[in-house]
Formats: sequence, structure tokens, C-alpha cells
Amino acid sequence: MWEYAPAPESRDIANLKPNYRMFVDGKFVEGSGEPLKTINPATEEVLAEVSTASASDVDTAVKAARRAYDRVWSKMPGSERAKYIYRIARQIQERARELAVLESLDNGKPIKESRDVDVPTAAAHFFYHAGWADKLGYAGYGPDPKPLGVAGQVIPWNFPLLMAAWKIAPALACGNTVVLKPAETTPLTALVLAEIIQQCDLPPGVVNIIPGAGDVGAAITEHGDVNKVAFTGSTEVGKIIQGKLAGTGKKLTLELGGKAANVVFDDAPLDQAVEGIVNGIFFNQGHVCCAGSRLLVQESIADELLAKLQTRINTLRVGDPLDKNTDVGAINSREQLVKIKELTESGEAEGAQRWTSSCPLPDKGFFFAPTVFSNVSQAMRIAREEIFGPVLSVLTFRTPEEAVAKANNTPYGLSAGVWTEKGSRILWMAQRMRAGVVWSNTFNRFDPAAPFGGYQESGFGREGGRTGLEAYLDV
Amino acid sequence: MSDRVTVAKTYKLYIGGAFPRSESGRSYPVSDSKGGFLANAAQGSRKDARDAVTAARKAFGSWSGATAYNRGQVLYRVAEVLEGRREQFITEVAQSEGVQLKKAQSVVDAAIDRWVWYAGWTDKIAAVLGSSNPVAGPYFSFSTPEPTGVVAVLAPQQSSLLGLVSVIAPVIASGNTCVVITSQDRPLPAITLSEVLATSDVPGGVVNIITGRTAEIAPWLASHADVNALDLTGSPESLRADLERSAAGTVKRVLRNKVNEDFTVTPDLSRIRAYLETKTVWHPTGV
Repeated sequence: MWEYAPAPESRDIANLKPNYRMFVDGKFVEGSGEPLKTINPATEEVLAEVSTASASDVDTAVKAARRAYDRVWSKMPGSERAKYIYRIARQIQERARELAVLESLDNGKPIKESRDVDVPTAAAHFFYHAGWADKLGYAGYGPDPKPLGVAGQVIPWNFPLLMAAWKIAPALACGNTVVLKPAETTPLTALVLAEIIQQCDLPPGVVNIIPGAGDVGAAITEHGDVNKVAFTGSTEVGKIIQGKLAGTGKKLTLELGGKAANVVFDDAPLDQAVEGIVNGIFFNQGHVCCAGSRLLVQESIADELLAKLQTRINTLRVGDPLDKNTDVGAINSREQLVKIKELTESGEAEGAQRWTSSCPLPDKGFFFAPTVFSNVSQAMRIAREEIFGPVLSVLTFRTPEEAVAKANNTPYGLSAGVWTEKGSRILWMAQRMRAGVVWSNTFNRFDPAAPFGGYQESGFGREGGRTGLEAYLDV
Repeated sequence: MSDRVTVAKTYKLYIGGAFPRSESGRSYPVSDSKGGFLANAAQGSRKDARDAVTAARKAFGSWSGATAYNRGQVLYRVAEVLEGRREQFITEVAQSEGVQLKKAQSVVDAAIDRWVWYAGWTDKIAAVLGSSNPVAGPYFSFSTPEPTGVVAVLAPQQSSLLGLVSVIAPVIASGNTCVVITSQDRPLPAITLSEVLATSDVPGGVVNIITGRTAEIAPWLASHADVNALDLTGSPESLRADLERSAAGTVKRVLRNKVNEDFTVTPDLSRIRAYLETKTVWHPTGV
């Protein structure tokens, strides 16, 4: 084993402030909700106090967005909107290191992920969508597709800045204005994004960012003057939102939970597959809706693959998110840690065989060692429910037909993986797996040019690509 | 004038390629626009709706897996067979909708042409709605539209043939299968259309047609866990929000069409898009 010297990124780079305020109508203002304290999940220390919105603040924000839509943004030529959005992309790139450190502090994810994935992909989303703003007539929705109006957007805590980018960039490009609520436990990078938006001189009210808990999210999505709702989060909450919006005529897109099958055939390049499996479930501590949480391995290679996998997982370094050598950071909240523990205990109780990495865990903070369950059957909770943590359930199959049947045996359908050297089999599997994204001989790849979103109870609508524009156009 | 007694048709349901009566044993009288008796139609039940969903699910694998060229030919075949029974449909539409024969002719002609229009789309949808994605890395990434699955369709209440065709054809063109609740008061052209479908190479179960009370059957389909999408076109206004709420329980795709949709104009792609999923596939490039 290698010995690693600590290689921490300096937290000073985050420019952490003691207080953050909400961003409404172009200004940072105090919210009249109860302020929240956001903590560093790796240390449990308070990072900052953040003001939150009350119902009347939500109304103020929606009114600001409506004014900005009516008076400015919907009338502005797409070519001008584009330049504002390009500015945002550039500023994110310029402040990339600061945003990455802040993200890792607030979320708990390893700095190498926030630095190499979250922040650059967020910038890429703005850059990509900026280019669409004056080319919407070429997107296949008619010569002059119109925006919807005010978009109410509620995002999760697993990719705080990136999800804000996924939501705001296409909304603005299509000519909508935005009221966005970041997650309760991870509001900071969205509020720095607000600062960037202010510095980019966007007209006041075009983007409003108001922190708060679920009640604020409900107030936004149910507000009578919101035309479009976009939600990323749990299937449970997604169903509630869809139900509440019934009969309102609001356009809705949902990006919800998943329980992705990652299918490994006996001819797969095993070392590559092991890397892909590890990336699939331990990337971002498994706090990924499209995580490859169900490993389906062909029976003939199951023992060999499992042994290789355990050897590899034992080398994963769990700990300080700011350390550049850290592979698995902190679980985002105590609440989530409790949920992961509860589900893993159910796995043991239901008879699955548990293996846990021998890695040392920090004394403080919320951490969970990478865990693999074998002898998992399809009826077990750990094979059906989204754990949203670094826990892999291993099932086996004999034939490709069985692999497809097991992969599709879930109400979800967000993503899937397939590992085999045989090209025709990849395409055969990709056709049959009912999932919005199929990664073959790779996993967890994201790009603003590639549509992302789920089948069935993983939600509807797509984000990214030409397809993703539909969510923000009146078509 | 012949004094021969004509053979009246018994109107039944169309489920899984067969023509059963409602399992409930119920029927209801259907009248023309002036209140004269036309026929009895089967009054479909919850059980009929569930049988229809089972049939639609069973048919989904092979219909969605058929080549787009094949589906195109099947839809075109429907137009051919419909054309051959044009006179029958003109009479039925005139009776059901209370319109003059000339108007009924134009409605039937438009319905035939609608099948031709959608037949031509089957093998172009992926080219128009799919994409090759220029991602920033050594990967080939492409996106293709795929059918959502089983679609529950509440057919328009007024337009008994053209409206019906306009809501069914876009569903099945892309490979979905469907359960259709017909116009409650004008169900007869739908049952005659099912005779056309049954003789046009449309595999059994791809289209299932239920006559009866929309408000009675629709809630079962809206909440059914094996239905993937819901078209509210023919829903009573008072029921729409409730059906949408039920549909949320399994995150169904819900088509809320524009009020008073004009089925006489050539459609756009929106009804096809409503029942499609986009699947994005990635693979590394390299040697």
C-alpha cells in the first residue's frame, strides 16, 4: 500500500463569510424566515448562517421574476441573453477554485470531485446553453418557440452548484426568469452563484435564489404565478409535487430517484469494470440519483469480480473532503447517515452478506465506510430502495435475458450500465434496459450536450442537449 | 325497396385482438344526434380496463421492438383498409355526430389521411428527435427516442372518428401500445375502427378499445401502476385534476391537450413527443 502525506486544499480559498443572504430582485436581502445554520458535514462545525425565505418572501421573489420577465427578459433578443449567460460561464471558471473549496466544505464531497466535475461541468452548462439562446428556432420546436414565463426550481444537496446550473442555464437561454431554492443543507455555492449573476449585471429579478427548507420549495412550486416547475430530488417528493400541480396547467419536469443496474458480463475487461463499478457507486459518496447501486454480475465471474472489487475498495481513502487524495468524503447530513445505516441494517437482517472496507474513518463528522452486500435477492430492500450512500448490492445472473429482466425489475429507470467486450451485446442491452441513460464500458459521465433524465418513477423531461430545451419552452 | 330485414351489428369491446362483451355484462343504449336509438354498446368496467392494460403490456415488447419500417407499413395498411370501408364510416359518423353526409365525408377522408401522415413518421422520429451528442471527452454519445410504454387514452368526446384516430395514431406510431376509452355518447365509429385495426396487421393488444362511462373507467387507468402515460383529451372537465393527481402516484406522463383542439388541421409533433422517452447511450472511444 502507498503511504499518503496529507494534501489539504486551504479552506481560506472558499472566502467563507459568517452570513449569507438571499438574492431577490438583483439584491441580497434578509429573508423573514428562520435563519438556518449550514454545517461542514466532515467536522460538524457551523460554516455560516443563512437567511431563509418566508411565504411572503417567496411571493416577493416570484413578483420580481414576473416583472423581469414581462419588462426585460422576454423582450430581449436571444443574442443579448446569450451574452449574459456566457458571462456567467466565464465567471464560474474564473472563480472555480473558490467554488470548489466552498462546495466541498458545505457538501462534504472530495475536493477532487468538486474541482474536476461539479464546477467545470456547471460552467460548461452555462456556456453550452448560452449558445442556444439565439438559435432556438433551430431546435426543432418550430421557427420561434416561446418561453413559459417564471420558472420555479427546487434542487437537491448532492450537486448543489451543478444542479443550479442545470436548472438556471436552460431556463435563461429559453427566455424564462427563475426563482430557485437550493437545498437546506447546501445553500452556499448557489448564493455565490447569485453574486456572480449580480456581477454579470443580469437585469434584477431574472434570477432569484431563496434558501429554505421543504416548505419554501412547496411555496415556490405551488405559487399561482409560477408557470413552470422543475424539481430534482426524491421520488417521494416528486410525486407530491406532481399531485399538487394537478389541474394547474403548469409545465413540470421531474428528475427523481434511481436504483441503477450495472451489468457485468463474463467477457468484460474486469479491471476496467472494477474501476467503473467503484466510480458508479462511490462517486460523491453514492449521493447520486443515477448511482450504479445494483451490481448485476454474470454468475461465472461473480467470485473473481467480487474479490477484485473488495481489494480495490480497500484502497479507497475516506476522510477529509478538502484533502486532494480523498476518494470518498463525508455523508452530507446526519439525517442521511441515519437513513444509510437503517437500510444497511435491513440488508443484514434480510440475510444479505455484508462486507465493509477496512479504511479508517475520521473521529468527527458524518462518514460511512464503503460497503458491499453480496447474496442479495431482488425482494430485499437494499435491492429495491434507493440508499443514496456508498453501499453496493450485488446480484447475479446467468443469461442476457435474465440480466435485462432483473435490471428492469424496478419502478425506477434513470440510468444503467453494461460491461462487455462484445459490441452487439452492448447495443442489444442498451435497447432493452428501460433507463434514460445507459453507460456502456463507462459510468457516471455527464455533459451539457447529452440529454439526462429518467423513465417511469425516475421522473420525466430531460436536462441537456437539444432535447432538454423542451422543458423550458411553450411547445 | 327491399323488405329484407337487415342484420344489426352487436358492438363489443376490443381487447387483446378479440371482441369480448364487457365482463360486467352491462350495455348502454347509444343514440343518434336526434335521440333515435342506434345500438347498444358494451359498458366497460374496471375489470375490462385492467384486462386491456394486461393485453397492452403484453403487446408492448414486440410492437416497440418491431422495426420502424414495419410499424409504418402497418399504419399505412390501416389507411388502406379504412379507405375500403369509407362508405360505412361516412354513415356512422353522420349518425353519431349529426352532420351532413358531405361533412361526414370530409371527416372520414381526413381520418384516412391522418393514418397516412403518421405512417410516414414512424421511421423519421428518431432522426428528427434523436441526436448525436458532441460531448467534451473521448466518448461516443447518442440519444434516441423510445416509446414510453402503455398509454391510457381518453378519446375526444365530440370527434368520434377523426379525433379518435388523431389521438391513437401518434401513440402507436412510435411503438407504444394503448388502452382507449372512446367517446361516451358516440362510441360506434370506434368499435367499427377496431374492426379495421383487427384486419390491418395491427398486432392484437397494441390498441385496446373500451366503450362505456369515461368517468367510471378513467380513474382506474389513471392510478394503474402498469400504465405509463395518460392522455386527458376526452376527460370531463370536472375530472381532470383528480385524474392528474392519481397519475402522480406513479409519475405518469400526462398529456393535457389544448382546450377545443382542432383535429381538422394537420398536427405537429407534440402528440408523438408526449409519449417518448429519450435514452442517451455512452461508450468510450479508443483503440
